[in-house]
Amino acid sequence: MSIDMAQFHEVFFEESFEGLETMESELLNLDIGDADAEVVNTIFRAAHSIKGGSGTFGFDSIASFTHVMETLLDEMRDGRRGVERETVDLLLASVDRLRDMLEAARDGEPEDAAQVAETQAKLEAMLAGESAAADTATAVEPVDAEAATIPLSTGWLIRFAPFPHMLQTGNEPVRMLRELESLGSYSVEVDTSKLPAFESLDPEECFLAWDIRLEGDISCNDLDEIFDWVDGDCELEISPLDAPAEAEPVVEALAAAKTPAAPAPAEIPEASTAAVENPKEPERRQQNRRAAKPDRRGAKKEGGSIRVGTDKVDALINLVGELVITQSMLTHFGEDFKMSELEKLREGLQQLTANTRELQESVMQIRMLPISFSFQRFPRLVRDMSHKMGKKVELQLLGETTELDKTVLEKIGDPLVHLVRNSLDHGLETPEIRLAAGKSETGVLTLNAFHAGGNIVIEVSDDGAGLDRDRILGKARERGLVGVDEEISDERIYNLIFQAGFSTAAVVSDVSGRGVGMDVVRRNIKELGGHVDIRSTPGQGSTLSIRLPLTLAILDGQLVRVGSETYIISLLSVVQSLQIEMKDVSGIGGQAELYKLRDEYIPIIRLHESLGIEPEHRDLAHGLLVVVEAERRRIGLFVDELLGQQQVVIKSLEDNYQQIAGMAGATVLGDGTIALILDVPGIVNSWSEKSALENEVA
Amino acid sequence: MSEAQAQSLGSEAEMAMGNGQYLTFLLGKEEYGVEILRVHGIQGWEPATEIPNTPPFVLGVINLRGAVVPIVDLRKRFGLPDFDFGPTTVVIVVKVMDEDRERTVGIVVDAVSDVHTVTEKERQPPPDLGSTIGTDFISGLVTVGDKMLILLDIDRLINGGLLGSLGDNEVSAYAGSENEEETS
Repeated sequence: MSIDMAQFHEVFFEESFEGLETMESELLNLDIGDADAEVVNTIFRAAHSIKGGSGTFGFDSIASFTHVMETLLDEMRDGRRGVERETVDLLLASVDRLRDMLEAARDGEPEDAAQVAETQAKLEAMLAGESAAADTATAVEPVDAEAATIPLSTGWLIRFAPFPHMLQTGNEPVRMLRELESLGSYSVEVDTSKLPAFESLDPEECFLAWDIRLEGDISCNDLDEIFDWVDGDCELEISPLDAPAEAEPVVEALAAAKTPAAPAPAEIPEASTAAVENPKEPERRQQNRRAAKPDRRGAKKEGGSIRVGTDKVDALINLVGELVITQSMLTHFGEDFKMSELEKLREGLQQLTANTRELQESVMQIRMLPISFSFQRFPRLVRDMSHKMGKKVELQLLGETTELDKTVLEKIGDPLVHLVRNSLDHGLETPEIRLAAGKSETGVLTLNAFHAGGNIVIEVSDDGAGLDRDRILGKARERGLVGVDEEISDERIYNLIFQAGFSTAAVVSDVSGRGVGMDVVRRNIKELGGHVDIRSTPGQGSTLSIRLPLTLAILDGQLVRVGSETYIISLLSVVQSLQIEMKDVSGIGGQAELYKLRDEYIPIIRLHESLGIEPEHRDLAHGLLVVVEAERRRIGLFVDELLGQQQVVIKSLEDNYQQIAGMAGATVLGDGTIALILDVPGIVNSWSEKSALENEVA
Repeated sequence: MSEAQAQSLGSEAEMAMGNGQYLTFLLGKEEYGVEILRVHGIQGWEPATEIPNTPPFVLGVINLRGAVVPIVDLRKRFGLPDFDFGPTTVVIVVKVMDEDRERTVGIVVDAVSDVHTVTEKERQPPPDLGSTIGTDFISGLVTVGDKMLILLDIDRLINGGLLGSLGDNEVSAYAGSENEEETS
């Protein structure tokens, strides 16, 4: 049988990474010293399936590494080991190591054997350390001695009595005996007492039992592994060779725990009550499980796969079914059209429109993933960083189910990490400072995602010190970004931190990120068609909010006409459109024109001038003003006519041509012609720079 | 002429031997040729959507089966006098290779003329015209009957001479916004 195992590798890796995510988030869920048995179980199961998979696919180093982790987890599960901070830390480190190993295996690169060995040694040391600790307890409590000696035993007495049906499960005792033999020096006696008379012997049943004496420095785990598969199908007694004669042999609980159990300490009942007492736990777990899907490596393997719920696929299939029905109906009308059927044809077309829209929405839905994919990495990050910096931080995740486009989701990850790190580093204070400021010792860092209009808003807020307005202003004056006597608004000051080279590190502290400045954060967000801004209150914290479009492929557009050309303005940026009242227009220096909109003066950009085309109207009174908001500024675009609103599919100009400044792309209109989509932020920016330039010249 | 027909007229083997078939077209009295294997299709002229802030010879973009394709007026590009678009005015849609990527560009010409097979022997190197006229985009000259046929290197013509130049100096009004992106 030759099956190319490689074809399953991808699935294995995907599942393993998923398992790692689960392990990580569940480990973070563990309450130190008071573990929920179910949480430990979940972690154990994840580790176990990674071990199983990697063994099957021949990733032996991963299998053996996971095996050690599993042993440790097993002890926690059985309650033989308390959940302590260092254990959890070590397990988290092991998860990282395992992830590296899996990635190396996936990419076909050599793994970092030294690091692996180091972590593995630590794990083993912890396992052994537990025994050593138990050893010291021996003197006081003889009951524990047995448990302690088990892993250190120099030999074992094994009574292995398969149930009659064991052969039918595909297990072969001879093989197991052979494997035992390979472990050390061994002698075996067959117990044939149960063997029936020859005539009543069923050759498919097993009546033999073995007493095996195995000598050598063999760990309990090795034995375990051999008998793993027959768990529940045999009677198995394993006792250390040099155990005191009076010690009862440890009897494996059949079909229950599959490792030879040490005497169960009293933690187990406590652990289960903990599960009951903590009603929040299941809820949290559920969220985490949903979140635990492979994504963080998505960026690396662009064009990877998406997991789509079957309900979404079913909905699509339904819609396609409806579409086919509509299509056949329309074909029918088309074949032999009579004017009397006009009304029906119209109906059919309406249905087609509805079908198409629904289909489009459903297809977009497939690309939509909950933001928890991005959020899930933060509990770990916050835990590690706050630990390192000696700060106490509580992380709140809100709106994890908010969905957004996969591409956006992948690209927003790194900027978010940077913002969170910034908040942890510069925003939140140390417990002492917080107490001195009359705040609670633990800082709160909140990640919140929600929909607002056609946008998704992600907020990173902390209740820390807030931005140091004066220091930023000082720095800006030093660098000549702000004139010495110039007074600018707080908002503008805060937004200065997004300037290139305006290192936040230099502004507030010496710990900088990973070389990703706030300017890069802003650029990344801009590339996604979003923007970021900052609010801050001294002493009370700051909030960075990122506003992103839901999707990059389709937008709701306002069609406008300038001269003979049609342009599209994203409805998201349109505030309102109005007829110009000449009394509200005022000029400045004969050049700039301002329009008084309620209490605000907004500059007017004549689109025909910036686009260099011949307009129908040059007189403001005859055209219309489309007020748009971009870059936190309002500006009026002067156009000839408003044409209507429609959803447009964004097509790239770069595919066959190149990027055009001031244009976000193009689209094909209903009549087959092409209309250009205006890049409103680009236009606003270039306009303000141009006017700045003119001011300088003047 | 459809793409399939165009494809069938030339073959890779002939091209490799230095022979090749060229689709020829007219610009005024001059006759030019492009490799027929590059021709994606020919279609009648229809008004394009203008793109602001581009050189005058870029007439705009058209919708070619859902793709946004730029249209270049070769007359304007070569500095020939303007000529009103008439019934014979056509757009030749060509594939242009630019490093690793392929672009589709339409060129507007007065009329398509013929298909010629050009052998390596017939092909003459482009003349050195000094600095008066750039000859980079001319791959050779051929005499057909009593006329001279100018063979174009379409990749050089489009990348070097048409689209490439835009980035440098032609885009003025919005250059600021791009710079802003880089420096902010």
